[in-house]
Amino acid sequence: MANSDPAPSPDHRLLLLRPEDNVVCVCANLAAGDTVSIDDREIAVPEDAAVGFKLARHDLAPGDKVLKYGAPIGSVTQPIAKGAVVHTHNLKSDYLPTYTLTGDTRFLETAQ
Amino acid sequence: MITGYPRADGRKGIRNVILVAYLVECAHHVAREIVWPYRDQEVQLIGFPGCFPNAYAAKMMQRLTTHPNVGGVLLLSLGCEGFDKYSLRKAIKESGRPVETLVIQASGGTRKTMEAGRAWVERTRKLLDEQERVPMDLDELVVGTICGGSDGTNGLTANPAIGRAFDLMTERDVACIFEETGELIGCEQHMATRAATPDLAREIVASVAKAAKYYAVLGHGSFAPGNADGGLTTLEEKSMGAYAKSGASDIVGLIKPGDIPPSGGLYLLDVVPDGDVRFGFPNISDNAEIAELIACGSHIILFATGRGSVVGSAISPVIKVCANPVTYRKLEEDMDVDAGAILEGRRTLDQVGQEIFDLTQTVASGTATKSEALGHAEFILTYKSFEPIGPSCLPRAS
Repeated sequence: MANSDPAPSPDHRLLLLRPEDNVVCVCANLAAGDTVSIDDREIAVPEDAAVGFKLARHDLAPGDKVLKYGAPIGSVTQPIAKGAVVHTHNLKSDYLPTYTLTGDTRFLETAQ
Repeated sequence: MITGYPRADGRKGIRNVILVAYLVECAHHVAREIVWPYRDQEVQLIGFPGCFPNAYAAKMMQRLTTHPNVGGVLLLSLGCEGFDKYSLRKAIKESGRPVETLVIQASGGTRKTMEAGRAWVERTRKLLDEQERVPMDLDELVVGTICGGSDGTNGLTANPAIGRAFDLMTERDVACIFEETGELIGCEQHMATRAATPDLAREIVASVAKAAKYYAVLGHGSFAPGNADGGLTTLEEKSMGAYAKSGASDIVGLIKPGDIPPSGGLYLLDVVPDGDVRFGFPNISDNAEIAELIACGSHIILFATGRGSVVGSAISPVIKVCANPVTYRKLEEDMDVDAGAILEGRRTLDQVGQEIFDLTQTVASGTATKSEALGHAEFILTYKSFEPIGPSCLPRAS
């Protein structure tokens, strides 16, 4: 489970933790328009994605479970296209709502 | 081989700290003023702010003031607070440590109490500085782990690297403690498969169910806005990453704050109070969890952070394992281990795990961590209530 070695990914900026996962992890800061390779298909990242964020491995529909580490980490709330960032705007917890700060109250930039 | 200071109860400490402990917020200022001139000489401030008595706080203060890293204790009382200063002083005295209680209302007020306190600290520091370190075996060491200021990299680098270090330690009979059942929501069934006995497996599943219920009542999980800024989306995603800190060994016991592991091996610390929801959030910030790990005897804390927490702790050194390579470059002066190198292909998980294991032994023998050298000695303790652990929670004596 969480402690196993991640599988090698053809694109070193992305990490697929488990074969059954439907998201890949971002290992290097990506800017909108950067081209990455997901499952051997070149795709332009539609928005900035900082280290630690997740990209959809395929198109996802509302109600789909997102799998990371081979485990469900929540449910999709909005249609997500392959390569798009999967985060609080399109994924929600199946346990407790996620609390975030917005707008001018952000205290750190996520991408540099 | 590591070294430490022998204590009367048979344990050994890796530091020789003098604690100045206030027993109510009203004594906090005087206690802090006593510590200030000696803050670079292993003299540290802890305390409990409340005036109402609380069994959990009393147990925590007893365990912390008799922790093996502590050599002597000065208690600061206003005089009228609810804290049982008599029992605490007795426990410290019986542990063989120098102890003094100063009661501000009986000592002539702020200035005179400060003078008396500083004089005691100076005498006691000289006394403790004569003690010499002796050889200490790895199986005498207790190591706790926590993650804080987490982001999406924690579960990829620092946390699994700490898991590797924990595996190396449990093989050598180090007692290793991981915690925050509220950050393990979603991992309970997998943890159950690692429990040493079926009864312990049931206790572990029940402890996480308790945490889920507790946080549901409060309406808020253990998830800060900075976690989301760093790419973590949900509580269960954070849980999966947090869980990686526990490594792959069997879980031999389930303990609660202030319970000291009776043997080496991997323990889960249940930090969520028992019974109805009272007193608010279980741990209001990372240092509340660190204080609980230390009250369970942890000599050293391995702290995984992606966003970049800078905290240390009173009593036990904190080793900062930085998960995110971007954060490491920004906050290098605060970080002990660059686990983000794994993401950039410069290191492997096994290499970083080994580095954490090696550094733990160096720090145990006296080398200061980054946060120690920068003077970090944070501490917080608030109200909670617990029932004692059940009979299946500890490994049977062999």
